[in-house]
Amino acid sequence: MRSEELKVKSFDMNTLSTAAKPIIIALWLSLLFLPFKGFKAAILFFAIFSVLLLSLKFLSPYKKIFAERLQIFSKKIYLLSVNRYPSIVIRSALLLLILTMPFMVRDYFIDVAILVGIYVILALGLNVVVGFTGLLNLGFVAFYAIGAYTYALLNTKFGIGFWSALPFSLVITSVAGFLLAIPALRLRGDYLAIVTLGFGEIARLILNNWDSMTRGPNGISGIAPPEILSISFGKLSHYYYLVFLFVILTLFITRRVYASRIGRAWVAIREDEIAASAMGINTTLYKLYAFAFGTFWAGLAGALFSGKMQFVSPESFTFMESVLILCMVILGGLGSIPGVIFGAFILVLLPEVLREVQLYRMLSLGVGLVLMMIFRPQGLLGGKRVSLRS
Amino acid sequence: MLKLNGIHTFYGPIEALRGINIEVKQGEIVSLIGNNGAGKSTTLMTISGILKPQAGDIVFEGEGIGGMPPHRIVEMGISQVPEGRRIFPRLTIKENLEMGAYTKFKVQLDKIFELFPVLKERQKQLGGTLSGGEQQMLAIGRALMSNPKLLLLDEPSLGLAPIIVSKIFRTIKDINREGVTVLLVEQNARAALKLSNKGYVLETGKIVLEGKGEYLLINEQLKKAYLGE
Repeated sequence: MRSEELKVKSFDMNTLSTAAKPIIIALWLSLLFLPFKGFKAAILFFAIFSVLLLSLKFLSPYKKIFAERLQIFSKKIYLLSVNRYPSIVIRSALLLLILTMPFMVRDYFIDVAILVGIYVILALGLNVVVGFTGLLNLGFVAFYAIGAYTYALLNTKFGIGFWSALPFSLVITSVAGFLLAIPALRLRGDYLAIVTLGFGEIARLILNNWDSMTRGPNGISGIAPPEILSISFGKLSHYYYLVFLFVILTLFITRRVYASRIGRAWVAIREDEIAASAMGINTTLYKLYAFAFGTFWAGLAGALFSGKMQFVSPESFTFMESVLILCMVILGGLGSIPGVIFGAFILVLLPEVLREVQLYRMLSLGVGLVLMMIFRPQGLLGGKRVSLRS
Repeated sequence: MLKLNGIHTFYGPIEALRGINIEVKQGEIVSLIGNNGAGKSTTLMTISGILKPQAGDIVFEGEGIGGMPPHRIVEMGISQVPEGRRIFPRLTIKENLEMGAYTKFKVQLDKIFELFPVLKERQKQLGGTLSGGEQQMLAIGRALMSNPKLLLLDEPSLGLAPIIVSKIFRTIKDINREGVTVLLVEQNARAALKLSNKGYVLETGKIVLEGKGEYLLINEQLKKAYLGE
């Protein structure tokens, strides 16, 4: 009799403590809504979330299934994007879809697709620094800005065309990356992140305040789009193909470099820096390479961005942008090239899809990232371990 | 082959090595023994270039290598098995070994696989999934990949079962017989000294005793302090 009573009691205690966690999470989530929608809505959300999370909690077997499903799903996507042989049909279908897309959809979608392309280039560049080499760079947007402004200034001040200005954009951005890296790479981990963050802010403030050069917050307008043999790429669908070609180029080169000696050195540095230097790897030099190589792509993306927008202003290069690019890399899977591309896709498309609920875009992004870190900390497509041979 | 003359190394304001003189001759096994914090690992790190000596010089085959960056020192033929093994956990065993041959253009795995057959069996496995002893073998194999003239071993017996330790020590002897000079840092003084031609005893950054391995083994002072007799 007594023991049974005890049992019941302890069972109650158990359910209580298991119930407490979802309720705390629900409270936290609803607090997020408080500033947007006021007190009443927050309470409503709290109720909704608690019911939702509690039911999730008590249907916890489903959580396991859900996580498994997610794993299987991402594995499928991974196989789709990586395996060469069985999916040749799917691959060519995808390619066909990409190539014919501009003929089938509204300009708005082409616009978004161009943006996706630019962010894919950016994310692939940041992936070299963060994913391959393991150096946290929180000021990546500064290099994007340098690339964009270099083309903008060369074009509007000296009338230099896109193709002649592009090498300048690339070289200046890489050199900036190199120069920042020389002092910054004496630091490690968090300290490096803080320095790069500071650099990003400095770059933005310079652009914002150097009125005579950059026209400050007004930005630079009237940038000419690229042209080949006097055919302008001003038309969206033309620009789409241009960006697509550059994405392929970026993809190809980063993959090749990753599989090379340099890529091996990067991976060794990420895994264990002391061991890497004991192996005879010049760690400082290869970290510099990683910085310069990663920022090179930011320069390319920047030039493409100014060419497309035909307008640049410091507003496009805030810290939030750095975070967004970093999120793409982390969401997709650090160091995984298909993962990073996927991450860029999602994070560009998501805000567009969620345009209706604009207010909650960042919120849902945050919630999404938190959930992902719980269910798939290695990133959506980061399931396979990072291999040297792709 | 290797000579350290009056080496002083600092960690910030702390003087970890206070004038160390060591000589390693071609073909020898030399061991450095001493307590925690005596400066054994610091000595190795200074030789391999990860730490820079504040004063004194290091001469390897007639060339001063003090203050050279680590990658240059590896190229000169000094290879290090770092303390705590430091294998690359997320790379496969084969990739770990290939990393060891980074300064070489040819990768020769056969010799290592002959020395450690278990590594051959598991070459596709991730480094981090190996047991401690196997990781130590991997670390030694990786260091040998660069075909060193001098091998620096930092506490190869750390955290391993006695049976594995004796196996590792036997392998070290084999490696030495193949013509690789070995500088060994150990806390396991008895095992190390049995193996060595020469031993140095470090205490708080200074060498307090040196001599032939068998001589140190019967030294009263040392017996009391390190051999627990």
